Amino acid sequence: MTRIIVVTSGKGGVGKTTTSAAFATGLALQGYKTAVIDFDVGLRNLDLVMGCERRVVYDFVNVITKEASLNQALIRDKRIENLYILPASQTRDKEALTMEGVETVINELKETFDYIVCDSPAGIEHGAYMAMYFADEAIVVTNPEISSVRDSDRILGLLASKTKRVVENKTPVKEHLLLTRYAPERVKNGEMLSVDDIHEILSIPLLGVIPESQSVLTASNQGIPVIINKNSRAGLAYSDCIGRFLGEEIELRFINTKKGGIFGKLFGGR
Amino acid sequence: MGLFDYFHANRNSADVAKERLSILIARDHFHRNQPSFLPALQNELLEVIKKYVDIDQDDVTVSLDREEDCEILELNIALPEKGCYKEA
Repeated sequence: MTRIIVVTSGKGGVGKTTTSAAFATGLALQGYKTAVIDFDVGLRNLDLVMGCERRVVYDFVNVITKEASLNQALIRDKRIENLYILPASQTRDKEALTMEGVETVINELKETFDYIVCDSPAGIEHGAYMAMYFADEAIVVTNPEISSVRDSDRILGLLASKTKRVVENKTPVKEHLLLTRYAPERVKNGEMLSVDDIHEILSIPLLGVIPESQSVLTASNQGIPVIINKNSRAGLAYSDCIGRFLGEEIELRFINTKKGGIFGKLFGGR
Repeated sequence: MGLFDYFHANRNSADVAKERLSILIARDHFHRNQPSFLPALQNELLEVIKKYVDIDQDDVTVSLDREEDCEILELNIALPEKGCYKEA
């Protein structure tokens, strides 16, 4: 049974694309055949983060308008088996994503894939709505910052009212909170909302906390999803999230200030 | 307390953020759960009442509460002092 996961947030710049790339890569590394779709039509970026921008020939909109087949548009990842990317169109606008068109593509992907990860655009307009509509699970990416938390709450309201599962009276979309750009030092100094504060305000299950880390920028510079980097705290935190998503019990790490020692030295700032 | 003092108050900013967010989100939820006709209903009621009594927008509040399987439409109208009644 294919599971469809939307990575969403409302607010822009909080790490949706980084998370989509990490998540799709992580699931594929666990042996699941995974497709990741960029719904940000007009502002294509997932291909850059995944490092396959030079291999884009056809895109999501071409498939919807039947200018290309799904197999022609899907890009197979060169590093990781089982991982495929469906890039967004850079030239069209978001209205090109029709409900029927998106459903047809998703249904075709469902025939062969275990997981479909939908990378939502920012905002609550048509593109974001299409990205969440078919979802079974939602990863709500949130920064420890008030506008991001408020926007996440808004998105949770939409997930609970505007998705196919709700319309069809099925069990609601399963929600997961993913906190990104977390800085334990600033939390300790009372300058940043803590994971407990945000968890309490949004009151949905916590999937994980990704620490603020230089390696995220380095990874996107290089077009290598950060989850592949086993020397990066952010990469390891994403790996933990995959484990939890698949049902393992893994304790949160990197949420307290560094204690020094060899571990702190090994992972300091990375 | 001036604006400058405000930033130098003893409370840390994360606590301020949490408090502001809690209030904001409670308010967002309140508005989200209301049917969309409530503001229009409130305005029309206001127009009718204004024909007879001098009142402001803020003197009329309309809200809808759910209790198990029944909905309660609550209408609150704060009437002004007697002198403001209009003559028919």
